[in-house]
Amino acid sequence: MVVNCEQVWREISNYLEGDVDAALRTSMNTHFESCARCRSVLEGTRNVIALYGDERMLEVPVGFSSRLQRRLSENVREGKPWSTWSAWLVPVAALIVIAGTVQLVSSFTFQPPLKSEHAQPGHDIPPDMQVVVAANTKVFHLAGCTFIHDKSQLRTMTAREAIRDGYVPCVRCLRKYLEVALGRQPASTLGTDEEAEEEQELRNAGH
Amino acid sequence: MVLQDPGQMGNPREQDLIARVQRGQRDQFYELVRPYERRVYAAALAILRNEADAEEVAQEAMLKAFANIRQFRAEARFSTWLIQITVNEALMRRRRERTVVMERIDDQRDDEGEYQPRDFADWREIPSEALERKEIRQKLGEALSTLDRKYREVFMLRDMEHLNIQETAQLLGISVAAVKTRLLRARLMLRDLLAAGWEQGWFSRLPFEKGNKPW
Repeated sequence: MVVNCEQVWREISNYLEGDVDAALRTSMNTHFESCARCRSVLEGTRNVIALYGDERMLEVPVGFSSRLQRRLSENVREGKPWSTWSAWLVPVAALIVIAGTVQLVSSFTFQPPLKSEHAQPGHDIPPDMQVVVAANTKVFHLAGCTFIHDKSQLRTMTAREAIRDGYVPCVRCLRKYLEVALGRQPASTLGTDEEAEEEQELRNAGH
Repeated sequence: MVLQDPGQMGNPREQDLIARVQRGQRDQFYELVRPYERRVYAAALAILRNEADAEEVAQEAMLKAFANIRQFRAEARFSTWLIQITVNEALMRRRRERTVVMERIDDQRDDEGEYQPRDFADWREIPSEALERKEIRQKLGEALSTLDRKYREVFMLRDMEHLNIQETAQLLGISVAAVKTRLLRARLMLRDLLAAGWEQGWFSRLPFEKGNKPW
């Protein structure tokens, strides 16, 4: 196999990553032997990688470390971050859901499908999955979910972040990850966001 | 100052520190993240391009890592985990602060045409020792900052933060193929910029000449 300069340039980055097959590597090596220009491109690219990959390229402003240390020690001492530990999130969320349910039951005893049962902790959702949240809601969805009300201001994040930031999974598009209560169909087909928001308010009020 | 090898998977001291912080020895957390504070800041800076914002995001990311330390699993590299948190944090902030929420479509599309490297037949290597000099680091930083965002981010994560291609793709939400394409172009463009820098005398005061490599 003979490769020309354009082919070499196209693969030069992969070559340096060790990401070309043996035959192509051999061809490229042969080409480099005879082509000064491609050799220059190779050496230059290798040089770029070595220079920018050097730790010395990573500079911080004067005083950065001490400011960071101070900020960490303030928060670490107060113990703030520990209260948001996700390890606690699932049992705590479960408790809150139960509390919310009890509250709902007591106030709307004649409404059988309890809204709060639809809000589920998202612990079975792959944490790195990309999800979207709309402005002013507390529900996260898969992109393209038809139950997103305001599609004009969507933010993308991972499921992990969404859960961490207090969003609850949409019971429609993320249903397969949730243990949706008793397989019951939600009463309304539109209410997901409001339900979840009410849920959130109940949580805030009840907790 | 040369810090630790980025590939330090399974550093026993680090594992010990992680375990202790996870058990509740909060005061050990700074010890744990200190080797990576510069990488964390650099990642935030590359995305936000503003020193004050980058510093704040770096601190926020550290706090977030602290808050979620129990979620860290030993099969991942701690540094990668930390950088992932930082990049997510920086991207979130950028989205929040942007008035136009959606990206311009063409900004994220890869250029179709081939990139033709400029012809600098006699590449003069810039030795790593040159990085001791602030003006050299500045020039390299300036060259990087002229790259389009899509190239800059991929290059930063792969070549400066030493994430692998898959991790880079996942973090930016783009395909592995797109990472490779952008990486190629970023590296070639930087090479051209540095070679042009030679011609403009950026490195002229370095104590070596063409064909004479004292290192």
